[in-house]
Amino acid sequence: MAIYLQTIANGLMLGALYACLAVGFSLVWGVLNVINMLHGSFIILGGYLTYFAWHYYGIHPIVMLPVVALLMFALGFVLQRGAINRVVSAPVLTTLTLTFGLDMILYNLMTYWFTATPRRITLDLGAANLGPVVLPVDRLLGTGLALLLTFLLYAVMRGSNIGRAIVAVRMDRTAAELMGIRTDRIYAITFGIGTLMAGAAGVVFALVFPITTNVSGTWLGKAFVVCVVGGLGSVPGALVGGLVLGLVESFAGFWFGPQNAITAGFVLMLVLLLTRPTGLMGVKGYE
Amino acid sequence: MKPLAQYAAIIVGLVLLGTTPLYADNYILRTAATVAMYGALATSWNFIGGFTGYPSFSTAAFFGLGAYVGTICQRNGIPMGVAWTIATVSVAAFAALLGGIILRLRGHYFAIGSIAIVELCRLIVSSWSDLTGGGDGLNVPLIHASPDAVTRLFLFVMLGILAASLVVTIIVDRSRLGFGLRCIHQNEDAAAMVGINTTAYKIAAYTLSAVFCATVGAAYASWTGYIDPTDSFQIVMTVKVAVMAILGGAGTVVGPALGAAAFVLLEEVFWANFIDWNRAILGVVIVLLIFFLPGGLLSLRARLRRASGGAA
Repeated sequence: MAIYLQTIANGLMLGALYACLAVGFSLVWGVLNVINMLHGSFIILGGYLTYFAWHYYGIHPIVMLPVVALLMFALGFVLQRGAINRVVSAPVLTTLTLTFGLDMILYNLMTYWFTATPRRITLDLGAANLGPVVLPVDRLLGTGLALLLTFLLYAVMRGSNIGRAIVAVRMDRTAAELMGIRTDRIYAITFGIGTLMAGAAGVVFALVFPITTNVSGTWLGKAFVVCVVGGLGSVPGALVGGLVLGLVESFAGFWFGPQNAITAGFVLMLVLLLTRPTGLMGVKGYE
Repeated sequence: MKPLAQYAAIIVGLVLLGTTPLYADNYILRTAATVAMYGALATSWNFIGGFTGYPSFSTAAFFGLGAYVGTICQRNGIPMGVAWTIATVSVAAFAALLGGIILRLRGHYFAIGSIAIVELCRLIVSSWSDLTGGGDGLNVPLIHASPDAVTRLFLFVMLGILAASLVVTIIVDRSRLGFGLRCIHQNEDAAAMVGINTTAYKIAAYTLSAVFCATVGAAYASWTGYIDPTDSFQIVMTVKVAVMAILGGAGTVVGPALGAAAFVLLEEVFWANFIDWNRAILGVVIVLLIFFLPGGLLSLRARLRRASGGAA
């Protein structure tokens, strides 16, 4: 019994991280209709910024979080305005290829500057016990931060004018334009927010996982799965998708061995793609 | 491009690559074989990505599966040529089955699904270590001949596959199938409405896009003598092949092979001179291509003609 509780706890902690990782990707896909292949590298970049600030200047990751968020937003805004906006209404082959090309550049720059050595922030916070379940405190902190960030994005999307404008553009671009929303700016802001969330997820991940450019593809793959499982473009969708994927990987790792955990995630995704392409939380006709 | 110009371009290209053994060293021969190999891959991708307009990124899955099936056959004593044939036929059957399932998806979902196939193949091959050797990879029985003879052999093998894929492209281009695929590209619902069996046509295109990739994969494995999951199933390769086809001109007969040649030559130059920045430079090439040459190299002719027409 205890082992099942532990597996569930691990799955939920992992799931919260996945939700935070994927929510920006989902937003960009849902609003701009762009599959952003840069997302994995954005996460790594956020992680590296945090690691080097901590390693060289002793800045605590939580202090770095708003700084990284701001920098990443600026990067995303500029990239969308300067590059992605030129092809934003082109077919998926074009937009995916472009973001892949940009990703190759960013990946190469990061590998050159930071080398591919895995780096991790170790805060040595020990572990907490909850009945028979052991919860490492750094991971718990990561989970808490991930949930907080995801909730913040939800609040912004629901409560602010910018958030409502983004939702309006997602629902009907032409109608939004007629209401006086400048869609070009909303696209750039949305991509900025997507990049910001990736960077913030990177800060959180640096506390829990080793950071290296080699894993950017793995994180990108998680974003794919979470989006398809939860449905596109909504924060609750990403949260559900993330938690489901976390639990599936946790149990698949427990039953079939850790090397098959990722496989289970992809199989889940393919099955859902074919049976419920709008995702578990998706609305029909909304894709 | 007129049929005669197509034939001429293909023959000139094949002769240029095929005559390299007469004068060039091993390095040039290897490059020529690589050009032919990527030419065959890009020409294959063109069936589904170019004619049909489906953003398929599963090339690396077919290549990798072909490499593994061929290698496993060869390790069990099956002669090389037979092993390649088995790889080709079995991967084609797999693609037809898979196509029946994932071609129900469209647009972004199809793109994501087809990328996931590559990852899934890599993960399954990695964890099925009894059969595939897992992450350690597999050695392929070596060919006992001089390095020059081996390179020459694989140059001609790759050229043969490239020629076959081009011949099939020409046949498809002029047939009902090619016409139907173009209709699907323009408007799938309308194509279905006028009586095109879209499912069957799409499966045919997807299977054609897999056949030669599998042969290339199996031959490549025999050439290098060693395969492992990371090298056999690369997302980078899958996108690279699509980029080559776009670079030359997606949906045209000779464009993808031309794009492959240009891309491989660029890549060789970058590898030789900027080893640290290889990936970034290729990224820049992709970005420039998407911005300034979305119709590919072959669209340049039309552009030039329009420019000169405007001047006159």
